[in-house]
Amino acid sequence: MLKFTLAKLARALLTILLVMSFAFIVLRLSGDPAQIMLGPDAPQDAVDAFRARWGLDDPLWQQYLAYLKQIMTFDFGISMRDQSPAIDLVLERVPATLALTIPALLLKIAIGIPAGIYAALHRESIADRGVIMFAIFGFTIPSFVLGLVLVLIFAVNLGWLPAGGQDGWEYAILPIATMSIGGIGIFARFTRSAMIEVLGQPYIRTAMAKGLPWREVVWKHALPNAAVPIVTLLGFMVGALIAGAIVVESIFSWPGIGRLIVVSVANRDLAVVQCVLLVIAASMVMANLLVDFAYGVLDPRLRHGHGAH
Amino acid sequence: MSFVSVRDLKVAFDGVQVLHGINLDVRRGEAVGLVGESGCGKSVTWLAALGLLPGKAKVSGSVTVDGQELIGASPRRIEAVRGAKIAMIFQDPSSALNPVHRVGRQICENLRLHRGLRGDAARTEAIRLMDIVGIPSANTRFDLYPHEFSGGQCQRVLIAMALAGAPDLLIADEPTTALDATIQAQILDLLSNLRRQTGMAMVFISHDLGAVSTVCDRAAVMYAGRIIEANDIKQLFAAPRHPYTRGLFDAIPDLDAGRARLSLIPGTVPDPKRLPQGCAFAPRCARAGDLCREYQPELKEQTSTGLTACFHPIPIGSANRQEVFA
Repeated sequence: MLKFTLAKLARALLTILLVMSFAFIVLRLSGDPAQIMLGPDAPQDAVDAFRARWGLDDPLWQQYLAYLKQIMTFDFGISMRDQSPAIDLVLERVPATLALTIPALLLKIAIGIPAGIYAALHRESIADRGVIMFAIFGFTIPSFVLGLVLVLIFAVNLGWLPAGGQDGWEYAILPIATMSIGGIGIFARFTRSAMIEVLGQPYIRTAMAKGLPWREVVWKHALPNAAVPIVTLLGFMVGALIAGAIVVESIFSWPGIGRLIVVSVANRDLAVVQCVLLVIAASMVMANLLVDFAYGVLDPRLRHGHGAH
Repeated sequence: MSFVSVRDLKVAFDGVQVLHGINLDVRRGEAVGLVGESGCGKSVTWLAALGLLPGKAKVSGSVTVDGQELIGASPRRIEAVRGAKIAMIFQDPSSALNPVHRVGRQICENLRLHRGLRGDAARTEAIRLMDIVGIPSANTRFDLYPHEFSGGQCQRVLIAMALAGAPDLLIADEPTTALDATIQAQILDLLSNLRRQTGMAMVFISHDLGAVSTVCDRAAVMYAGRIIEANDIKQLFAAPRHPYTRGLFDAIPDLDAGRARLSLIPGTVPDPKRLPQGCAFAPRCARAGDLCREYQPELKEQTSTGLTACFHPIPIGSANRQEVFA
């Protein structure tokens, strides 16, 4: 078990390192921050001074090694724009993003999973077809379209809710709705197919044949087996808690991580973009680790150091 | 009076009839074999009786247990029969146990349902049952998961689960098909011994005539959704009357036959969607006449104990292979 955990952790760190290296190189190849920060008409000596100030004149590999050394000491660099530590800029935006993504995730779970179970237990019924249609609707409509449609209906035409900004809880309703509708559909569909698969398994027939009431067959025998694919999906969604709102935050001018990364990429604010990507990669990797451990809890066959005889 | 009485049981999936009116009785304590090829309806008969078929199956007819009708009964009444009066064990024991629950817990579930046992009392009784069905060091294996057991041991666990409800009838649906030959023999022994000790009746579903002959008192042979012959096991083996039954016996490899070709029944089992008119076996049968291709023969008494559904049954004490098949 210890060996398994260490191997998982090593892989997680390696993943983060790869993401960081990739982001570092791509950002430096994709445009000169000095040009963008100072504008196209900036005098040459100002550009030179800017480059010298941020070490952009050094060869790429030297910059990279310096960056790695920095990271090792938990120094995530200074924003070229704000002159403040990048990590502070990022962390101060995290609560705003989580204020959207956590309620959205809870809604996806609370509505999507029960809807999927219900549909699986009432296959071919009207409710089942309704769930499937909603699911297809939910995950085929891109969030930027859905967001705009919701704004059009509830903000422009009905005037019930604000179209953008962050001045109170009512400002969060449309962004959360935009994010959760697709996720509810995905959860419902995933849960439905996982349950249908499990309900066709021989051990479900055994559970029925022993005289268990149907409710107990579903709760005690089907659901624990359907949990593995559902938890996989949940892992993706938890991993996306920080990165999952980029489009929606842009539509609704919500001052979260998503907006920060869009603005920082446009400005080539290298330290900030790298720092955001690091936080996103770390959250994804953490979610994956949690899923790996959850597998072992849910399914004894996936438990490590506990092999078959 | 028989314990279970099946009358004119019919099952259709998506409009395709797969059972064409099964009549079968099981008396208390007796062991009945149900023989036939895959897809002939052996398992479907009992899954239908216990309401274990998927919802799209259309079931009609009558199945009574102790005089109580099961077809169309409320879920609660059927649940009260399952496991308590009629228990069932299945073909693929490894996948018939829930992979995420400890085997002991799965046995205890039966004990809670049917005998109201919980906690330590259930554990003690479950370990005793595991002992009875021949699982070594049951005490330590109680807490293991199904994937830590071999196929044969999984079947023993399923048998222990079935015994937990002290059923009057055990339906064993191809219980040895997925197991090694040596394990097969052990499980058959176990089932015979348990039946002797508990006095429960047993329906043994199999395509293995040898297995049926060691376990059962009498047997019914099924073909294309019908019972086509039923008899006491000795008479069935000594003098099969239906050409299909005869063909099954002839297809058993004979150790003394040297290098002679194995006798086969020509043709294949008909598709339930395209059953021939008349007797479903007629296209494969050398004894078939015009009558057979026109009308369905009824299952009726031919000898004192036996029933055969054939217009031209094989006379007792005759018939070599050439005579029966084209």
